[in-house]
Amino acid sequence: MNVDAVSPRPDIHHDRTHTSSMRPIDSATHDRAADGMIMDCRIQKLFYGNFLAVRDTDLPIIPNEITSFIGPSGCGKSTVLRSLNRMNDFIVGFRLQGSVHFRGHDIYASHVDAVAVRRSIGMVFQQPNPFAMSIYKNVAFGLRLNRFKGDYDERVEKALRDAALWDEVKDKLHTSGLALSGGQQQRLCIARAVAVEPDLLLMDEPCSALDPIATRRIEELMLELKEHYTIAIVTHNLQQAQRVADRTAFLFVDTTQGGRTGYLIEYRPTKELFDDPHEETTKAYIRGEFS
Amino acid sequence: MMPGNPRTAETGASSEVNPFRLSLSNPRTLFNRVLTGVALLLSLFALLPLFSVLYMLIVRGGSMLSFGLFTQLTPGAGMEGGGIGNAILGTLVVVVVASLLSLPLGFLAAVYLAEYGGDSKLAVVVRFAGKVLTGMPSILAGVFAYATVVAVTGSFSALAGGVAMAVLMVPIVMLTAEQALRSVPSKMKMAALGMGATRTQMVLRVVVPTAMPGILTGVMLSLARAMGETAPLLFTALFSDYWFEGKLQAPIASLAVLIYNFSGSPFEHLVKLAWAASLVLVSLVLVLNVTAQIVIKRPKEQ
Repeated sequence: MNVDAVSPRPDIHHDRTHTSSMRPIDSATHDRAADGMIMDCRIQKLFYGNFLAVRDTDLPIIPNEITSFIGPSGCGKSTVLRSLNRMNDFIVGFRLQGSVHFRGHDIYASHVDAVAVRRSIGMVFQQPNPFAMSIYKNVAFGLRLNRFKGDYDERVEKALRDAALWDEVKDKLHTSGLALSGGQQQRLCIARAVAVEPDLLLMDEPCSALDPIATRRIEELMLELKEHYTIAIVTHNLQQAQRVADRTAFLFVDTTQGGRTGYLIEYRPTKELFDDPHEETTKAYIRGEFS
Repeated sequence: MMPGNPRTAETGASSEVNPFRLSLSNPRTLFNRVLTGVALLLSLFALLPLFSVLYMLIVRGGSMLSFGLFTQLTPGAGMEGGGIGNAILGTLVVVVVASLLSLPLGFLAAVYLAEYGGDSKLAVVVRFAGKVLTGMPSILAGVFAYATVVAVTGSFSALAGGVAMAVLMVPIVMLTAEQALRSVPSKMKMAALGMGATRTQMVLRVVVPTAMPGILTGVMLSLARAMGETAPLLFTALFSDYWFEGKLQAPIASLAVLIYNFSGSPFEHLVKLAWAASLVLVSLVLVLNVTAQIVIKRPKEQ
């Protein structure tokens, strides 16, 4: 399969009939890294304690693309994103049935070191969360963790340039990261994440705490970063998904079983999903009939 | 023009009564003013003891300040001259011994309570014990050190004094450091974990540095408390009219015990020295606090 193909991939289209949990999950036969996907997320059931938070969500992520997750509040889009780098491990009672393959390895296999997984998958959070240390040390943090032996100055500068923050902070690298504005702090967090050159960058509503100008800035940045990185982003903002994402996954929340369980409705190239949604729910959501 | 517009009333363009005019005849306004005045007066009263103590120390102890005061040994009864040099050094030695014993213990206990213990039974018990210890009469710390060090080694010693003070310092350091560690925002911790830090790396590289100002505040508080304590030293470190010679197993002088001994003396010169020692002790504590403030503020400004 050609990764660079602009044309939509028919096999990525999932509708409800297609997304069946009956399909056997076998890590050996489903090693689809060769197909040109960097991450193959196949969540059958995701629990917090006894609460079924997400079911039947298959999301292959293609390298050098931006994949966005949209859907109403409580549909589990952040939960799905956080299970891609095992950040859900910190939530008591978290359990996953299914598999998440990253570069062909099941990151939920028993012998896997979650810390090592997180080192190669970067994460940007909803709230900007720089450390209470200098801008330089913030960016160098991951390099130090990885016992990077090369030129720190060079890598810090590169990361800050990648995050479109260099020109604003080059004269005050040793002042506190907390002294920056909200938008700058978020770009600092992006710089911190890309400094270690992660294979995949997860962004959990990275613009929700920012004003429109800062948001625009981050969106432009994502489009630039796409050249070298793969990005998965959760967003509440449909326009944002349309502006930046190559592919969009629409998740919805199922309240019929008494609980609130999120599941994937449709996952297709963004333009197709918005122009010609296959599912009625998708159509209604895009038209703004509920949010 | 709208009637009752405050601007028109101010310029006198309207003869109407301005409904927004501030008037003391309004009971609510009057009550507000009176209470503000009372609060101000009472806060000045609260400062009174502090400043009167400082004033008295400077007046009565200030005249004794000289170079010799800091470099000479305490004089014997009825003798003139001498200083409090051995007591100043002794206080510092005891505080250093106490810090070496209590700071690592208190700090590591705080890390356990804040990051690992959670609400486990052990953590709850330790936290409760810490709170009880902070309220414990200081003389009991002396009794403890007497029983565990003096009675065992057979002599009063600087080490026993240090142990007594350490018992007082541990809970203060532990509880304030735990508070400081807990106040580190969880989003910072998540950021560290998201970068692929292990729990230990998160604590050492993010949580502790972020909480450092608060931890130092606790350390300074505990040092100030320890320096001023007399009771736990009376029957542990005892006193000595000689210089500290590097032997922790010998009795040692301290400012607090010097003040206690000399202030009740019938010799006027010794009473004067006690005043001078009080002034020095208060100044030491003050310098410690100011230094702490400077150290604490510096990283924030960066």
